[in-house]
Formats: sequence, structure tokens, C-alpha cells
Amino acid sequence: MAERAQPVSPWPGIGAAALVAALILGTLAAVALRAETSGGFSPADWAALRFTLTQATLSALFSVVLAVPVARALARRRFPGRRALIALLGAPFILPVIVAILGLLQVFGRSGWISDILGIFGLPPIRIYGLHGVVLAHVFFNLPLATRLVLQAWQEIPAERFRLAAQLGCNGMAMFRLIEMPMLKRTLPGVLAVIFAICLTSFAVALTLGGGPRATTIELAIYQAFTYDFDLGRAALLSALQLALTAATALVALKFSRGDGFGTGLDRALRRWDGGAPTIDVFWIVAAAVFLLLPLASVVISGAAGLFDMPAIVFRAALISVLVAAASTAVLLLLALPMATAVASGRYGLVELSGILGLAASPLVIGTGLFILIRPLANPTTLALPVTALVNAAMALPFALRILVPAARDITARHGRLALSLDMTKWTFFTRILLPRMRPQIRFAAGLGTALSMGDLGVIALFADPQIATLPLQIYRLMGAYQMQAAAGGALLLLLLSMGAFWLLDRGGRWHAEA
Amino acid sequence: MLKLDDCVIENGNFTLNADIQIEVGNSIAIVGPSGAGKSTLLETIAGFRDLKKGQIFWSGQQISNLHPGKRPMAMLFQDGNLFPHLTAEQNIALGLRPNGRLSEDEDAQVQSALGRVSLHGMGARKPSELSGGQQSRVALARVLVQRRELLLLDEPFAALGPALKAEMLDLVADLVAETQTTLLMVSHDPQDARRIADQTVLVADETVHAPVQTAELFDNPPPSLRAYLG
Amino acid sequence: MKHLLIAAGLLSATTAIAADKPQLTVYTYDSFVSDWGPGPQVKEAFEATCDCELNLVGVEDGAALLSRVRLEGENSDADVVLGLDTNLIASARETGLFAPNSVSAGFALPIEWTDDTFTPYDWGYFAFVHKADATAPANFRELADSDTKIIIQDPRSSTPGLGLLMWVKAAYGDEAPEIWAGLSDNIVTVTKGWSEAYGLFLEGESDMVLSYTTSPAYHLIAEDDGSKAASAFDEGNYLQVEVAAKLAATDQAELADQFLQFMVSDAFQQIIPTTNWMYPAVTPAEGLPKGFDTLTVPAKSLLFSPDEAAAVRDQALAEWQNALSQ
Repeated sequence: MAERAQPVSPWPGIGAAALVAALILGTLAAVALRAETSGGFSPADWAALRFTLTQATLSALFSVVLAVPVARALARRRFPGRRALIALLGAPFILPVIVAILGLLQVFGRSGWISDILGIFGLPPIRIYGLHGVVLAHVFFNLPLATRLVLQAWQEIPAERFRLAAQLGCNGMAMFRLIEMPMLKRTLPGVLAVIFAICLTSFAVALTLGGGPRATTIELAIYQAFTYDFDLGRAALLSALQLALTAATALVALKFSRGDGFGTGLDRALRRWDGGAPTIDVFWIVAAAVFLLLPLASVVISGAAGLFDMPAIVFRAALISVLVAAASTAVLLLLALPMATAVASGRYGLVELSGILGLAASPLVIGTGLFILIRPLANPTTLALPVTALVNAAMALPFALRILVPAARDITARHGRLALSLDMTKWTFFTRILLPRMRPQIRFAAGLGTALSMGDLGVIALFADPQIATLPLQIYRLMGAYQMQAAAGGALLLLLLSMGAFWLLDRGGRWHAEA
Repeated sequence: MLKLDDCVIENGNFTLNADIQIEVGNSIAIVGPSGAGKSTLLETIAGFRDLKKGQIFWSGQQISNLHPGKRPMAMLFQDGNLFPHLTAEQNIALGLRPNGRLSEDEDAQVQSALGRVSLHGMGARKPSELSGGQQSRVALARVLVQRRELLLLDEPFAALGPALKAEMLDLVADLVAETQTTLLMVSHDPQDARRIADQTVLVADETVHAPVQTAELFDNPPPSLRAYLG
Repeated sequence: MKHLLIAAGLLSATTAIAADKPQLTVYTYDSFVSDWGPGPQVKEAFEATCDCELNLVGVEDGAALLSRVRLEGENSDADVVLGLDTNLIASARETGLFAPNSVSAGFALPIEWTDDTFTPYDWGYFAFVHKADATAPANFRELADSDTKIIIQDPRSSTPGLGLLMWVKAAYGDEAPEIWAGLSDNIVTVTKGWSEAYGLFLEGESDMVLSYTTSPAYHLIAEDDGSKAASAFDEGNYLQVEVAAKLAATDQAELADQFLQFMVSDAFQQIIPTTNWMYPAVTPAEGLPKGFDTLTVPAKSLLFSPDEAAAVRDQALAEWQNALSQ
């Protein structure tokens, strides 16, 4: 026995990871090989790289730093509406970019609600456009995600540990050092890496909130190389740079997130005894809720009028979106579960790495690469929906892995020996122990995956067929046809559908509430 | 006969040498200073650790290359002996059929094992709905249906009170007697060893010493054990 | 997954039925094929005359459209590409993928059209759209001196954005950097595409937005709302002429020519004003829809020839980036 016996097999996961890597690197290679000439990087590209790194670093830091007190407050407090609030936290993340921008600016813009209030007191409107605006927007998108991931890690600390600490008379600060700090050290690097990678590929948000060409990101440079210059070589090169940056970040993060789990627990309902004065927790919960819900409220308000004013075609698009999201979620779980299992069974950092790449891959490069690869075999347009489902799954994979891996790792560590001594097969361990034990995480990952797929414009725009359009694409089309009100209605419909799917799958974050 | 033939076990910064034989049907306590390698020894026999050198034989068959689940032994750990999401019955059933559904006959065996450990009617409960003693009984019931020739106990009852622990050890003693199982049991407590083990193995000074009569050992302890016993 | 495939199959069944008829594939930008664009009506009208099937394939915008055709190269599925503008013609011509046609029409463009490969189907003036009751600056210098806030599109990702770049260059030549420097404090933000910019303007984020002189027609005709106006600048407004061309490698050359001729006929042209919200390239017999007569008509129009546009493009972009990155 060269390796310690493991209760699960890493091979399906390694296979899935290879598939994802092939999709991402293969499409990149396809684009690079199709290139005729390439000018290499221009000085403007280096400026774009600098700006991209700056905004992504700041955005990731702010999102994560702010997520910690919010998640802690949510972990410690029970109040009516807590479940709904946690579910709603997922919403900014799944909105189509253009809708989210409009919602954000309705609140923070020059003529937004805050500026209006300032105007009453004779103050000038706030200046939202600039690096701080980019960071604000990215925090709006990613704070909820960071909060959910950190909250989940909090939830995974066995209730026994808190009981022990409470018994030891630990107050809030001591509890933090003793139990929560080690958990955060293990969790935050991964969350940081994921958000950094998301912000790395930001384009429309960075440009619009950044206020002009100084807010040029690499993704915009890729877009420019594709459509403005038709320089596929440079597009591929820039995309490779983006992948390399993400891979480097991910490797650092993975290195720091290794560590021991919290050992066994007996599924006791989580109760906390370090409540103390609620002032600080209330502050964080209210502040986060206001920050995240106001722009959503503006989406709802502008959409309410348009909701009943939408052509039937929008509802057909909604149906297509639901189908694509369902397929995408199925693919996502088929990839993510074996991959999480492989990661849990040993040092398979490469598996985790290939999972994170999906975030850094430029949708434009994946889409174009797939187009180049599929075209000799079939008409890409007829494959628009399956391709969209596949790419959406690859993009959601990093989130699913962040959700599933810690649980898979703990469960394998906790029950692996017993399973081995019972001569349980790998398949039985996977189906009878791992899957049931991970049900809350699987539901959360599936909910997030569905919602993400539903809201993502994805590669459908590259393959679009007038007959088959997803809801985000129809929203863009409505806007392009001056029909802003109907588009707002479509956005609200999308929001409702995504949240509905998320709520159903995650059962309103039931697991995060008291059992 | 369980034979550890010139075995060397490495665990981090210490090694353990074992060259002993244990007769079938004996109950053996394993004692020794904390950190001397008692659990390591058990884990190695069970197959969770690789040998650096040497071989392990059971009834003349070499077993040291076997997967943990293929070795003729059942093991109870310090904790985590039950799957929290499965009922007592389901946990016990895993001992019979880890990978499939039970036949009617096998189901009857589970029920009878439940009865044997005095948990009639509690089969549908989950571990969190059982007391610590009851959880131990479920684990023992599973060991019972596993019908393995060797039982390894890595202090599974350490968390129980003295009376409850004695009760469990008596139950174990009855079970191994009924089924002629060979028992290896890590223990910290000379009382436990005296209670059910005819022979005791001392693990100290990087060596697994050959088994000796329990009473003799504790009546006249060697220096390394004396230091530990205080 | 299975249900998805079934659904996809049902939805695309419409395209499969008439497989025995000759097929003409036209690549165009996405908003053309959308249900609110000219696409559906154009398809119906052309199929009524051609005994063929017209497949409209939407590709994001004009620039992405050209990239797609270049990506597919010689064996493109497209027979016709519809939706390039004068700024893209030079690089489109350079690919050698397009063939001349023999379409003839009495174009109603503010300029003379002689190109025999790229045939116009609509046109418009770029202009800043503002609230009708606000006073608009009369030219770029006045705009730069005012504190009027504008939202523009990025020339690297948007057709109007590139149009504005050309507009300033055509009007001011070597003084363009100075104009951009003056405008930089008027620009609230730069968006990826037209939809974002226009949406932000409607939300009140700026006083004016870069769009077309025809934009107010939408609000007037479709929404009965006369509150928007476009301003004519006295240095002239830059023109956008949208064109279509036949691919050299098409296996439906005759049908492609037939489509291009149809494109400049009344049946096609009368669809354009109220779906694409642009001026038709050939004025239909019944004239322009009511409401178009109220639109601002700039006294002077500016337009680089395709070759000039290609020559100044990169320098103009660098000047723009420089001035706005300060």
C-alpha cells in the first residue's frame, strides 16, 4: 500500500477536473491557434493589468473583511426574517450586470436616492464614479457571497466546540480567538481567491462605475482585441494572463486554507452562548441589509410596473432560462461532487485549481473557442442551449467547490476509518455517507448554481438564435429596443425566478436556521 | 494466532518495534504511558497505518497488505463509531452488509443484536437521540453482527462514567466469550485490564512487549510501567 | 438534460420544416433579430416573395459581427452580412470575403453613395439626446465649457462610441485631443454599450447621452412622449450609414442579390423607421412615419470615407484614451 487507504476514490473527480481543464484550456488553445498575427501586449494592456489587479484586490479585501462581522452577527443572532434575509443576500450576485448597475445607481448615482436626500440639505450629489465606485459595486455583488460562504464555515463548527467554549466561560473575544479565528484562517483565503477571480474578469461594471477608460480591465482589453482589432492572438494571450493570475492566487489561497478540521460532532443543533450585547451585531445586520436590499428594492420598484407589460416572448425566454439552469445545475453537481470528493480524499490541489479556473476564464474566449471547436462538427447555433448550460456549470464550479470541499473533507476525516473498517465500498461511502451528510451543502451549491446560471448572459450571446433566447438576453434585447420599462419587468421576473429556485433548493437557507 | 513478525511502525518522530504473538480467544489489554504508541499499534493492526518493516499474520495468513475492511477484525475508535445521520438499526446493519440491503434473515440478526445489547425498540433512533452508554451499545451490537475473529477497542468507553464503563466492559467480556473472539483493548486503567483481560501487553520505550498475565504484571510492575502507574 | 434537448428541439423545429426550400443565411446584429427589431417583419416580407427561407442569425453588434465573419472565413455559413457601418467597411473590405453586387436604388442619404459591395439600408446622425425643455449646447466647445453632464459609450466596445470618436476627429482634426480634454469633466461615465448609457440617462444620471437624432422618435411614436430631443451641433453631426454585403463564397449568390435588392425596396425600407429607429436608406413611397418630421435635422453632416476612418481610427482612440485617463 503506497498510499493510505481512502474511503472514496479520487478518480472520478480527477476525470471531472481534467474535463473542466480541457474545456477552459482547450478553448483558449483553439483561439490561440486560430490567430493569424499578434501584436503582443501594448502599454495600454499593462495599464489595464495594473487597474485590474488594484480593483480586484481591493474588491476582494473589502468584500471579505465586511463579510466577517456580518456573518458572525448572522451566526449569533436569531430573529424573525433571518432566513428570508439570508436567502435575499444571494440576490445581487445573480442579477444580470446591466440590471445590477441600474439598481445600484438608482441608489448611489448622481440622481440616486442618497443624492436626492443630500440635495434636500443643499449638499452636492455623491460622486460614485471612480475606483471607489468599482469597489462599491463589486462589494455589492460579492459581499453576499462572501457572507454566505463564511456563514457556512461558521455553521460547520460543531456545536460541541461552542458548548465547550461557553463552559470555559469564554466571552465574545475569547470565543473569537479560540474557535472562530482558526476557522476564519482556514476559510477566508479561499473566499478571497474566489472573489478576486470574479473581480478579475469584471468588465461592464468596472468600466461604468469606474467612469471612463482609466477603468479598463483585462477583460475589456480581451473584448477589444476580439472585436475592435480582431487580434485573436492578443485575446488569447490576455486570457492566459488572466488564468495565470487566478491560478497563482488560488495556489496561495489553497496553501493557506489547509489545516485541521474541527473533528467530530453529533449533529446537535447549534446554540451560542456568547451573545452578549446585541448592539454590534444589530448594526452589522442592518447595515448589510440596507446596503444590499436598497438597490434590489429599486429593481423591484422599477420592475413592478413593467411586469404586467411584458410580451409573451419574455415568458418563453423565462422558461428556456429555467430549463438551461436546471441542466446546468445537473452538470454542475456531476462535476463538483466527484471533484470535492477527490479533494477531500487527499492532496489533489490540481483538482481544486482546475475548479477555480472557471472563474478566470473569459466568457468571450470560452465561447469563441467552443465556437471554433464545434463548428467543423455541428452548427453551433443548434447547440446554443447545451453549450450555455455547460459553460454556466463551469463558471459556477468554483463556488460549488468552495461550498462542498470543506464538508467533504470533514466527513471523510470523521467517518473514513469507520467506513474502511466496515469494508464499505467507495461507492457506498459516497452514496450512503457523503451525499446524505452533505445534503445542506449540496442544496446550497445547487441553489447558487441554478440562480447563477439563470442570471448569466453567458455565451448564449455568441451563439444566439432568434428563436431561442434566455431571459437575460431578452432583457438586453428589450433595452436595445428602447423598452426600458419592459426590460425592468423582465429583470424583476428574473430576480423572482432566481430567488425562487434558490429558495426551493436551499429551502430558504433552512440549514442556517435552527434545526 | 495473531503474530506481529519483527514489525517496525513509524509515526512521526517515534518508531515502535513489535515482535509478539497472541493466542486465539485471549483477551489482551494494551497498557503503557501516554504517547507510547498504544493507539498507533492498534491502528497498524487494523490497517490504517503502514508497516515500515515486518509482517502481520493471522492464523498463518499474512494480512499486513490487506485493506482495512478485508482484515478479520472489527474496531471501535475513541469516538465517531456511529454515523450520525443513520438510525441505530442502520448503523448496526452496516456491520452485516456495508453495501447493500438486508435480507429478512439478516434483519432478524440486527434485531437480535439490538436485543442482546438491551436496546429493544430503540432501533429507529438516531445517535443524537441516544445516551452515551446507548451509543456504545449500538456500536457493540454492530461489532456483534460483524462476526470478526478479532475485536480492537481503542478506548471507546473512555467518556463513560465508571459504573457505565464497567457495565460496557462486562458486556464486551460476555460477547467475546460467547463468540470466541480475540480481544485487543487499549486501556489507561489497571482496573479495566484486570476486569476483562487475562493477559496484558505493555507498550513502552518504543517496544511492544510480549503479553504477560495481567495480575502478575500489575502486582509486580517493571520500572517503565511503575513510573506510569505512579 | 433530456427535457432540455426536447425543448430545444421543439423550439428549433420551426427552422427545420422548410428544409427543401433554398436557404438564405443573413448574419446581423442581435437587436436586428430581436422581436422588437426589424427581423421578424423582414423575414416574413422577404419569404413572401422569394420562395425561400430566410435565416437571420444575430451576433451581438456590428464589430462582433465582422469578427464572427472573419472567424468563419471562407467557409462561413453566412450568405449576406447586414449591419456593418462605415467605420467597419475598410477592414471588412480588406478581408476579401465580400463580393460586389448590382443593386441599384435612389438612396436618400445626405451623401453620395458609390460603393458597389457594401449597400446601405439605413442611416442616422449621432447626436446627444437630452430633455426637450433643457437648453443644449450648440457645439463641442460650448459643451466642454458648460457643466452639462454627458454619458458616452466606449469606442472599443460600442458602435456609437466609435462614431463619437470619429465625430470629434472629423470636426476638429488635430485639435481633437484638446476637445476631449475639455470634455473630460463633463463625462459622467463611459459605458460598454448603448443600452447601459441610454438606461442611465433615462434614470437621470446625466443631462445628455450619446445616441441618434432619431431616438426622440421612439419616445414620440411608441410612447407618445415628446419630452426628449436631440441637439444639432453647429460643427456638424457625424453620420452612421449601416450597410449589408454579400459574401464572395456564398452558394446562394442569386438569392443573396435578390435579398440585397429587396433590402432597398419599400417592403423592407418601410419597416426600418419604427423598428430600427433609423432613417431608411431609400425613402419609401408613403414617406416617413408621422413623428419623424419633428426630428432635429443637423445643418451639416460629417462622415469619413471608409479609408479615412481606418486611417485615423487608432490615433483617435489613443488621443481619447489619453485625454480621459488623466
